Amino acid sequence: MPHDHAEHLSPSGHPYRQDNDGPLTYWQTMEIAIRELMIEKGEVSAAEVTAQIEAMDARSPANGAAVVARAWTDPDFKARLLDDASAASREMGFDIGPMNLLAVENTSDVHNLIVCTLCSCYPRNLLGLPPDWYKTREYRSRAVREPRAVLREFGVQLPETKTVRVHDSTADMRYIVLPARPSGTENLDTHALAALVTRDSMIGTGLPKDPA
Amino acid sequence: MGPRRMFEPGTSVSVKKLQPPGHVRTPTYLRGKTGIIERAIRPFKNPEQLAYGLPAGEKYLYRVRFDMAEIWGSAEVPGDTVDAEIYEHWLEEMS
Repeated sequence: MPHDHAEHLSPSGHPYRQDNDGPLTYWQTMEIAIRELMIEKGEVSAAEVTAQIEAMDARSPANGAAVVARAWTDPDFKARLLDDASAASREMGFDIGPMNLLAVENTSDVHNLIVCTLCSCYPRNLLGLPPDWYKTREYRSRAVREPRAVLREFGVQLPETKTVRVHDSTADMRYIVLPARPSGTENLDTHALAALVTRDSMIGTGLPKDPA
Repeated sequence: MGPRRMFEPGTSVSVKKLQPPGHVRTPTYLRGKTGIIERAIRPFKNPEQLAYGLPAGEKYLYRVRFDMAEIWGSAEVPGDTVDAEIYEHWLEEMS
């Protein structure tokens, strides 16, 4: 066996990820203990806990893309979105719970970028769970220190004539970028427009796709 | 009756240079820095107490806009900014 003693290699020599079944951390143990106690005391049921997990897993960037596409096609809705993004999202039928959402608009002069330097605040109740890189110390520290370098690594090269505004979600608000509508999309309906809106374009680390 | 709005948009404010223990939502890299009130949001329950299940009073939350050069001493492109949410008790008006 050529790779008998090599770690993280399959018998055929391919690297694989280490098994994720180490001992529980302190906080994982704490979460399980509290959840079991609450179920035991009848505060919540196991089915309700599962339903909440499923509701969160059902949220996806497609929800945000629908909001963005509507804002691109309906100026009154866009005004309401920029005034109160929570109310505008609910108006479209999205259950975002108690989330306080703020939309920031990309224009010909301004590019917005979202980060949470303190932890991993993200508009989960609209877009679902954040990408893993969003929670890394590297992204969190560099986005506020050298946003243009971070953007270049994501493939976004901005001219010096455009101002970068980084938004650090330090407290109660959550943020979504309203990207600029790509040119050449005048004849697309909201469904086709939504397909151009990527998750990263709503974080600010990307731009919407160009129409095919 | 919640707390009154103390700062209007455009007001120059500095972030207090404090190091209290506990659950604080004011990032260290902004403490001691000066910015402009971008907007007044509204009062929220103070997370510094809320995090510990203590009775939490309401504090007004502001968005403050900082120049990259003010925070870091330089900026790749002058005029780039960081906006952050800072609670009223962390802010002082610049005279």
